[in-house]
Amino acid sequence: MILVTVGMQLGFDRLIAAMDALAPELEGPVIAQTGKGTYRPRHMEAREKLAPAEFETLVERASLIVAHAGIGTVVTAARHAKPIVLMPRRASLGEHRNDHQLATVRKLAGRPGILVAKDESELRARIAEGLTGHDCSRLASPTAVQLHAALAAFIENRQP
Amino acid sequence: MGKKAIRVLAAASGGGHWEQLMLLRPTLANYETFYATTEPGVAEQHGIAAVAPLPDCNQNQPLRSALCALVAMGIVLRLRPRVVISTGAAPGFFCILAGRLIGARTLWIDSVANGEELSMCGRLSRRLAHQCWTQWEHLAASNGPHYHGAVL
Repeated sequence: MILVTVGMQLGFDRLIAAMDALAPELEGPVIAQTGKGTYRPRHMEAREKLAPAEFETLVERASLIVAHAGIGTVVTAARHAKPIVLMPRRASLGEHRNDHQLATVRKLAGRPGILVAKDESELRARIAEGLTGHDCSRLASPTAVQLHAALAAFIENRQP
Repeated sequence: MGKKAIRVLAAASGGGHWEQLMLLRPTLANYETFYATTEPGVAEQHGIAAVAPLPDCNQNQPLRSALCALVAMGIVLRLRPRVVISTGAAPGFFCILAGRLIGARTLWIDSVANGEELSMCGRLSRRLAHQCWTQWEHLAASNGPHYHGAVL
């Protein structure tokens, strides 16, 4: 199952419509949390909102997550060690107040389990990559290893 | 002294701040760690039964902030942690302030969401916490915040 999410606050019809178009050719069901968008998907199960517990269950079941570049979603995917494809919202298309999601994907691109589709034209390729079983255990992320070591050092009052 | 003997209070608001704290849990689990959050229901989802509830607040809510500071003080006085850490936001910052008052060592880890600039609580923590860490190397400065990796 592929889980699509655009967060609870704003709609992101460009991502939802693109995933609806791709859904028929993807293996297994696609479930989308659409937020306050107006596009009505025809090829995937769509829900405006998901309660936190249900969202958690769906993330656990998903083989891949496709999402807007919201940091909360990225961190949730990391906690479940799921690969995630991020497509950033753009302020010029009225999808957010500013372009901070572009900055987010620039900085996160290349980290374990994180794939970036700069727009809908790159979604198909990134999804295919995400489904081929990358090692997306964030324990493999050098920056996470570094943070855990530094935290242990701080707690034990040693030099990091 | 064994690792388990170090008592830690780990505090974060519900949502992304809490998610980041949970990513640090494998390390926190090596100590006698207690958690505090604004959404205890979310903590229970993670199988954390003994979680101290904190009222949510932000910088635009002076009364709620004052209440949150009092509750944070109560938690710290009850648990007497040797170390207090927070991944944000304001309620976690109040736990750090309360920790300072009882002589705990305190660490602010600014959210990975703040890749452009430090949060307001992060800026305050540069002076008021023992250490303030950013999760973005380009935001690090010699007088703080420091960079020691990221949850991702």
